[in-house]
Amino acid sequence: MMDESRRGFIGKAFGAVAAVGGIASLIAMKKTWDPLPSVMSAGFTTVDVSGLEANKLEIAVWRGKPVFILKYTEDMKPTDGRNVKIGDHYFSVMIGLCTHLGCIPAYRADQHDFKCACHGGEFTDAGVHKFGPPPRPLDIPPFKLDGVTLVLGEEGPEYKAMMAKAGGA
Amino acid sequence: MAEFKKADSMLEWFDQRLGVVNFVKVMMTEYWIPKNINFLWAMGVLLTVLFTFLVVSGIFLLMYYKPDVNMAFDSVNYTIMQEVAYGWLFRHIHAVGASVVFLVIYVHMFTGIYYGSYKKGREMIWVSGMLLFVLFSAEGFSGYMLPWGQMSYWAAYVITEIFGGIPFIGDELVVWIRGNFYVSDSTLTRFFMLHVLLLPLAIIGAIVFHFYALRFPHVNNEEGEFFDFDEEAEKYLAGNKKESKVVPFWPVFLSKDFFVLGFFMLFFFYLVFFHYNFAMDPVNFDKADGLKTPAHIYPEWYFLWSYEVLRGFFFEIAGISGKSLGLIAFGIANAIFFVLPWLDRSPMVKPANQRPYFKYWFWFLMADLIVLTVYGKLPPTGANAWVGFASSMTFLVLFAALPFITKAEAKKVGGK
Amino acid sequence: MKEFKILAVIAALVGITYYGIEPYAHHIMHPEVAPADFSFKTLKNVDTTLAGNVENGKVLVEANCIACHAIDAAGFPQMMPNADAAASYGVVPPDLSSAGRIYDKNYLANFIFDPVTAMHLEGKYTPESGKAFPMPAYNWMSPQEIMDIVAYLQSVSPKVTEGKEANKATFEAACGRCHNMKYAGIEATTPTDSLKTYMGATPPDLSQYIKSRGEHYLHSFINDPQVLLHGTSMPRVGLTEKAQEEVIAYMEEIGDSKKAERETTGLWVMLYTLIFAILAWLWKRKIWSEVH
Repeated sequence: MMDESRRGFIGKAFGAVAAVGGIASLIAMKKTWDPLPSVMSAGFTTVDVSGLEANKLEIAVWRGKPVFILKYTEDMKPTDGRNVKIGDHYFSVMIGLCTHLGCIPAYRADQHDFKCACHGGEFTDAGVHKFGPPPRPLDIPPFKLDGVTLVLGEEGPEYKAMMAKAGGA
Repeated sequence: MAEFKKADSMLEWFDQRLGVVNFVKVMMTEYWIPKNINFLWAMGVLLTVLFTFLVVSGIFLLMYYKPDVNMAFDSVNYTIMQEVAYGWLFRHIHAVGASVVFLVIYVHMFTGIYYGSYKKGREMIWVSGMLLFVLFSAEGFSGYMLPWGQMSYWAAYVITEIFGGIPFIGDELVVWIRGNFYVSDSTLTRFFMLHVLLLPLAIIGAIVFHFYALRFPHVNNEEGEFFDFDEEAEKYLAGNKKESKVVPFWPVFLSKDFFVLGFFMLFFFYLVFFHYNFAMDPVNFDKADGLKTPAHIYPEWYFLWSYEVLRGFFFEIAGISGKSLGLIAFGIANAIFFVLPWLDRSPMVKPANQRPYFKYWFWFLMADLIVLTVYGKLPPTGANAWVGFASSMTFLVLFAALPFITKAEAKKVGGK
Repeated sequence: MKEFKILAVIAALVGITYYGIEPYAHHIMHPEVAPADFSFKTLKNVDTTLAGNVENGKVLVEANCIACHAIDAAGFPQMMPNADAAASYGVVPPDLSSAGRIYDKNYLANFIFDPVTAMHLEGKYTPESGKAFPMPAYNWMSPQEIMDIVAYLQSVSPKVTEGKEANKATFEAACGRCHNMKYAGIEATTPTDSLKTYMGATPPDLSQYIKSRGEHYLHSFINDPQVLLHGTSMPRVGLTEKAQEEVIAYMEEIGDSKKAERETTGLWVMLYTLIFAILAWLWKRKIWSEVH
């Protein structure tokens, strides 16, 4: 006959092993729920801005959203805290969804502004709301600069500086 | 091996192997229910029937539904609704059933609150019932996503976005839930899994537990009266049916349930065939488009009161953002019902109209929930936003005040 | 009896809630608009009381219209395939075979006089926009000449059997240049890319629009899109009330094909349920008579 203390120990050891198996299964199950590798890599979009035409809206897709990339001409004035300088030109980089209800505003090249067809909202070339129902400027996605390559999805120093300036706005 | 003599009848054969005679007595013919009850006591059976309708109609929908963002909408609105024989009928039953089941859940729940059927031994019935409410809510939410219409998509977007409000892990949690940065195919298929397998299994388990939890404390009655079930059962079995305070589940209690069910089905089928827009919102007949937000986004009616609490806090208080306040209030509002048995500090089991203070609390709560529900549907602009704030605060205050109200009531009634 | 009282209370609470979240809320979200005007009375540039001369109309149409417009019913073919037409004009010009049947006379006359105003697209085709409508205005023609053209178009319009044939024909003529209808196997005759550039956005597939918009909304919308969707690129099409009903009937045929079956089955099921309920009540009464 085994005495109590050994039976007790083996019982606890068995219980511990069973528990470890259970926890390992839960961890594996949590990971099965994770986004797939193909999804995570699509979370970053690279755009080569060197070939872009000034005053012509370029739309990239990042995480299912349209991102406006607008190269400024010489006479278009940048807005402090909203534009980023890449090489010799200023650029606007912003999520192309109207901050009112998510429609995609259209760029008017002659007026250097954006007009949202849904409810008439208007934004400047830097994406600042200037007319109509939109409550705030167009959102700026996290981005990083790599020479003339824009990497959407990563927070570079320029982005961090812009966010710091925007502060509690 | 146990000794098995030759059986004299088919019944005896089964009884020897499965104990069916005793089983039927325990579950049906000698399961005692109080006699002084009204038709509100039939809601449980109504829910069981509606759940059965949902499962059966769901089984047939499953044969043709395609859980893929490119195929889901057409598999429902073309194949099922217009090609499959009676496909439209199963879809209507499923959609209307899902909406009506919440109407009956609320009637059932508020009946329980009104008659005090959540305390004095009945706490587990109440808690398992609230668990069922949460499971049905999750089931409804996941099911609504499947047709992949505009409302499906944007409701999924808004509700999964909420989790982003949780500190530290919020943003990562949202991506983990969705299986992507935005609501997409991975989101659809996992909610399909939840809706079709995991949640139904959990619901069935909870229903079984809920029924079990009823057995020891016994079903409540209209007066909250306590009596000896064994004594009353004896009277009934002795032939004293009219004097006994109890009736057997089968056939007496169920016969009343079937009668209520019959007339309820008239209402239900009228909705299924002729008046179903409240359950199948027209906006959802536009295919999901992640780049086009509908002018008005709102959940199904049974979530409106909760939705209004979520958006009722639209300004910063004491340094906490409106968005966070709303999220906290939403969490409290849904969890607080679970602890109702412990918030009610009065031991009285009586219908609300016989409780001097509780009756006001009850009807105040009903009025507040109706206001929250209606304003949850309206655009949250101007005055509406303030009504939303006031009614959300009222909800929280009502529950915070309940322990004090009921304690005072217990003192007033004093030792009765 | 007490149970009726309880039922009345529940019905009242549910009724109030239902009213708030359905009729009332919908009224707030979708305010009533001016009723549809099928006489197009704001268009007054042409005297439509003038009797049109069909022969003269034919001469004018041959001289002015068939370079861009096909009229299959009168033997005038398309000048170029859809893709090329779309590339040239931005959109495929409509075949005018049924124009006389489906478009209102007053509208048609005023359309020829000044297309942009008739379509209510003054907001889109402004001098500042730099956009010009591909069809010129014929405001230099005399009212008599315009009415001659209208009379000619009415004369060549083929007869269609009322019902399914008319519904489909009207839909295809009035809507098919820009709108897909997947469930009917209809693809817009204008290629998608041209359409997107021309309209500014892709016109939606109409397969389920009878369900997402409903007859009431469509009745007002088709008659004048600007009233319900201000700033839209969709033109006011100028359908007669009858033609519009044909369009909506077709949308219902394709989008809600089981409606008749649903309503018939519904009545039978409700009759059955009534019998079930009565029998359940009688059985309950019998059983409970022993215990009360």
